[in-house]
Amino acid sequence: MKVRLTLVITVGLLLVLAILPLYARWLEEPFLLTFSTRALILALAALSLNIVLGLGGMVSFGHALYLGLGAYSVGISASHGIDNGAMQLLMTVVLCSVVGLATGWVCLRTSGIGFIMITLAFAQMFYYLFVSLKQYGGDDGLSISLRSNFGGLDMGSPLILYYTSFACVLTVVVWTQYMVHAPFGMVLQACRMNERRMSALGFHTLRFKLSAYVLSCVIAGVAGFLYANLTGYASPAYLAWTVSGELIVMVVLGGMGTVLGPLVGALTLLGCEELLKGMTEHWPIILGPLIVLVVLLARRGLFGLALDWDARHAQAKVQL
Amino acid sequence: MTSSLFFIQLLNGLQLGVLLFMLSAGLTLVFGIMSFVNLAHGCLYMMGAYFAATVYAATDSFVAAGVAAVVGGGLLAALVEWVVARRLYARDHLDHVLATFGLILFFNELARWVWGASPSYMNVPPALSGTLDILGVMYPMYRFAIISAGLIAALGCYLLIAKTRLGMLIRAGSLNPTMVAALGVNIRLLNALVFSLGGALAGLAGLMSSPILSVQPGMGEPILILVMIVIVIGGIGSVQGAFYAALMVGLIDTAGRAFLPMLLREFIDRSSAQAAGPAIASMLTCIFMATVLALRPQGLFPVKNK
Amino acid sequence: MTPLSKAPLQTQSLVKRYGGLLATDNVSLSLVHGELHAIIGPNGAGKTTLIGQLGGELRPDSGDIFLQGDCVTALSAADRALRGLARSYQISSAFPEFTVLESVALAKQAHGGHSFGAWRALLKRTHLVDAAEHAIAKAGLSHRISQRVSELAHGERRQLELAMVLVSQPKVLLLDEPMAGMSHQESMKVVDLLAGLKGQYTLLLVEHDMQAVFALADTISVLVNGAIIASGKPENIRQSPDVRSAYLGDEELPE
Repeated sequence: MKVRLTLVITVGLLLVLAILPLYARWLEEPFLLTFSTRALILALAALSLNIVLGLGGMVSFGHALYLGLGAYSVGISASHGIDNGAMQLLMTVVLCSVVGLATGWVCLRTSGIGFIMITLAFAQMFYYLFVSLKQYGGDDGLSISLRSNFGGLDMGSPLILYYTSFACVLTVVVWTQYMVHAPFGMVLQACRMNERRMSALGFHTLRFKLSAYVLSCVIAGVAGFLYANLTGYASPAYLAWTVSGELIVMVVLGGMGTVLGPLVGALTLLGCEELLKGMTEHWPIILGPLIVLVVLLARRGLFGLALDWDARHAQAKVQL
Repeated sequence: MTSSLFFIQLLNGLQLGVLLFMLSAGLTLVFGIMSFVNLAHGCLYMMGAYFAATVYAATDSFVAAGVAAVVGGGLLAALVEWVVARRLYARDHLDHVLATFGLILFFNELARWVWGASPSYMNVPPALSGTLDILGVMYPMYRFAIISAGLIAALGCYLLIAKTRLGMLIRAGSLNPTMVAALGVNIRLLNALVFSLGGALAGLAGLMSSPILSVQPGMGEPILILVMIVIVIGGIGSVQGAFYAALMVGLIDTAGRAFLPMLLREFIDRSSAQAAGPAIASMLTCIFMATVLALRPQGLFPVKNK
Repeated sequence: MTPLSKAPLQTQSLVKRYGGLLATDNVSLSLVHGELHAIIGPNGAGKTTLIGQLGGELRPDSGDIFLQGDCVTALSAADRALRGLARSYQISSAFPEFTVLESVALAKQAHGGHSFGAWRALLKRTHLVDAAEHAIAKAGLSHRISQRVSELAHGERRQLELAMVLVSQPKVLLLDEPMAGMSHQESMKVVDLLAGLKGQYTLLLVEHDMQAVFALADTISVLVNGAIIASGKPENIRQSPDVRSAYLGDEELPE
């Protein structure tokens, strides 16, 4: 029987994540649970970025914007006494769709360097906006006293929040796996490879890219929604360009365009950060060059390397 | 609103504009010729400011600080080019973004380690302190010196690019890099020189900024974003475009920050206006860029490609 | 401007300038259904610009283009493709990461109408796969159907281009130098293929390979400096003194 490395990694990883809370409880390490929830939430944001970046080839350097919009949807509603999870989620989805549609339409008029810069500029614009909203905390951020309440499910419980985040990640991973081979995913990837040809074939490429972009924004917004519930806080710092940059690192480190890559990348990057933080307070001095090395040497990403391994061994079997 | 206040803000806008130009000239050339997205450009600006502040504190000589900033910026840029950038020219923009992002993390932390997290300050050199009478308005002499330095730098760029052989190679390189390489020009050296020139200009901008801004880790990134807006508006690869766009953005940003709160106070209460003003002013530049991109995606003064 | 007839493809007084250069100089063409109409001309004559305008990637400065009697001058390339105009590319890079089957099935999907489907795989849609297999067979590439495009030989990529234009059952095919860089053997295969398409499809062929052009074309138009200096049956073109002088030093017309 053929052993596919990617299958082993996927099943193994998902199993570990599924039973992790029990392990954390057994170790009596609540920090492990908090850290893992954070990793899953950021993985969700990275998975959303993967749709436009990995599949569509659009380098968005402003995805933290939607993370922030999701967080502030929770924060602002909570500050007005609304803790109904469904309402907050609706606000997140609507806000991210509208902003995503508007900014996406403008950004997609450019490509390459221009696209990178304009997505960054839009995120920065909203950063300044939230800093200026003094009634919602301004530069200091907004603390959230009421967590999102979905009837029976209270996001204030760390366990429920963990499994909700895990469920979201699982849903997106499974759906992406199907999407990649379905018309929408194929069109998106083809537009990355040769957009000119796609137009000549009869595809209105802008519609597809914009749809993928808005979808990606909404998923990132959901991640922001969960993040606010985790930290109990909404801050302009969530929209910082460094966050957008970290999301890109997660996608590439894990394996751009692969289905599980962003999850692997998020866990790896955040794990590395924790490790380095334990070693020295000046950990970015090590992480920075590490990222440079990854770019120079391991461009395919970790999950990408596993995919290559599988492909080589599949071919070897055929040759026999 | 008096006319003298308006004139002062005009001069302030000009001052920000030339500062933005010093930063955008090098960056737009690197974008245009090597097609390299250098997010670490803000770090060169920051390091230039730190070099200047440190040398000035040690020697009390503005000239020495200037040399340290400009030469330091150029050498640091050359080092970055040699170690990282040149290995990535053939790769796609995403790789550039990631690698330079890693460099930003490194440089900001390095600055924090060496100089500490709290801001450093550099005093205005005594020779340039005081005010100047410009058309009946009293304006700080130092800020006027920045404007002059910036305009001289712009003139220098113009002369270099339009009148020298190196400039001709730079122009050719931005239009058709492969052809220039094929013609036997030492493209590696040319790339390194362009990178270093950008770094030197960034260092100069850092020098000029340190007496009026606080020098701290991470100071490069907010201005980098403004610089990128300038480049997109001006047209990637176009130094001329960068010049006009820098002045425009400088004026819009300054005018917005100065006058918008006043304007807003007519409609909403004072404290909200004070808070909203700077935010809207920052948003103004983004809106300006979005408008330009919506109407003319290639920028206002694009380099005409074959 | 009204069309003169319901010709499959027709242009009226097409003009395109690049600064001071007149790349397309008052070009009026009218194709007959089922014919293979070849455009030949020396390098720099403006053939690429002309095809670009016909395909929809370039906008003419003045003049009109008609597809089956409908004015398509203002339509995008995608819209023209959906109305039955298919174009093959000279430099075929297409989709390197996809297989031959995936590329052709995707080409068919463009006319499918449900390209936003995000669940059921493209290759599970039998109507697409059947049409793709049929077109791939017609292009003679069945033996490489599961191969990645990046691993195809140069000639095979041209066959893929043809499969991609054929799968949508277009009304008019614009073929931009399909035989460029091919060996004699490979060109002969393509000539046979194109000969088999005449009658059922209308083809506009831009080519440098004179043997192929004179073997295939029903009508030849000669483009020099953006203008059509001669247009008619191959024998007439061969004997035209204007054409001979235009080609002096460039190409030898086969006797």
